[in-house]
Amino acid sequence: MTPGGYEYLRGMLHEKSGLALTGDKQYLIESRLIPVARRHGHAGLDELVRAARNPGSEALRADIVEAMTTNETFFFRDKTPFEHFDNLILPALLKARSNRRRLRIWCAAASTGQEPYSLAMMLDQNAHKLAGWNIEILATDISIEVLEKAKAGLYTQFEVQRGLPINYLMKYFKQVGDMWQIAPTIRQKVKFAPFNLLADYAALGSFDVVFCRNVLIYFDTETKRDVLARMAGSLAPDGYLLLGAAETMLGVSERFEGVAGYRGVHALKGQGDQAAAAPARQQPFQAEAGAGRLRAV
Amino acid sequence: MKSCLVVDDSAVIRKVARRILEDLDFTIEEAEDGKVALAKCRDSMPDAVLLDWNMPVMDGMQFLLALRKAEGGDKPKVVFCTTENDLDHIMKAIRSGANEYIMKPFDREIVEAKFQEVGLL
Ligand SMILES: C[S@@+](CC[C@H](N)C(=O)[O-])C[C@H]1O[C@@H](n2cnc3c(N)ncnc32)[C@H](O)[C@@H]1O
Repeated sequence: MTPGGYEYLRGMLHEKSGLALTGDKQYLIESRLIPVARRHGHAGLDELVRAARNPGSEALRADIVEAMTTNETFFFRDKTPFEHFDNLILPALLKARSNRRRLRIWCAAASTGQEPYSLAMMLDQNAHKLAGWNIEILATDISIEVLEKAKAGLYTQFEVQRGLPINYLMKYFKQVGDMWQIAPTIRQKVKFAPFNLLADYAALGSFDVVFCRNVLIYFDTETKRDVLARMAGSLAPDGYLLLGAAETMLGVSERFEGVAGYRGVHALKGQGDQAAAAPARQQPFQAEAGAGRLRAV
Repeated sequence: MKSCLVVDDSAVIRKVARRILEDLDFTIEEAEDGKVALAKCRDSMPDAVLLDWNMPVMDGMQFLLALRKAEGGDKPKVVFCTTENDLDHIMKAIRSGANEYIMKPFDREIVEAKFQEVGLL
């Protein structure tokens, strides 16, 4: 590929999805985009770039953006965020919202659905506490392709064995050929929609919990800062934001602070009053936290 | 260090499982069928058993039922590891006292995830 072509793709990907390709990522571009070129009937990457530069090629550019996303995910990924959800976040919000009885959860980079479905299964485990509650899980991603897979809720044998306890498999999945499909009752709890994190969040409304895991790592500091600032605006004052295991707010946002004892869980700063009003943020619930909770079905 | 008994009539599978579990800091014993496995358990109960289903002499299910009746046999975490990959087999295994279930083919990540699930990692 010509240096000019590479620079064009780098700039275009950054502008459209926030993806920051640092250093020489020619190999990555080649392995991901040669199949796209083929699909669109182009002989090689230079032809693909030429076509993509055409102002009318919006669909082709979207295809390129999708092909460059990394969609790796699995059920109950890293486990502890889900335990924190169960032990800290849910009890605190059930208390704080006991009048309105409404919760809104956003999985902001949901990929093929394992993350929102893990939450939906956890909520189902808590059904006895949630009678009369209206709980919305909105799962979004920039990639249409992963959302289609997520909506179908069909997973390979390999996918259902990474992170999913066997009791959950028995309770919530059925076999379809050599695939496993998640139960309609769980699928109905999650609403999937395409959404670009670089877009305006205003129309989404306000959320009590945001899972934004393993997507900021692909962005540069500037983009991270922008996304987190706007996430702060989409979060209820006493809401929670969860980042991935390798992600930190350090040097990126001053709006949030980590919740002590609950790695990866962040709250908006200056919520001291709320924190006091929600004892779940303090010690007693921590004692309850344990690997066992997830397994009990 | 935790101990794991790998029960499978295939020497190749035992070797693959041994390599993965040794990397996860388990000491490994091997058995090629349920009968040999049961004798080893009576001798010394392991922390975990990775258990094939279809084996000559005594299969995995017969072994599991006998193990759970044996003295101290409630202690080991039993993780089935078998080509039987349908819900009926899975439910039967769990109801009979297995703790987790791996459907072959498996890899390092799956073994690690499942041993984490039973609380041994
Ligand atoms: C590695 S997956 C993370 C999945 C899940 N959150 C997890 O932690 O397992 C990252 C996802 O972010 C999506 N993504 C990348 N850039 C995005 C953007 N600008 N807007 C929305 N989603 C984006 C990708 O399509 C991909 O599915």
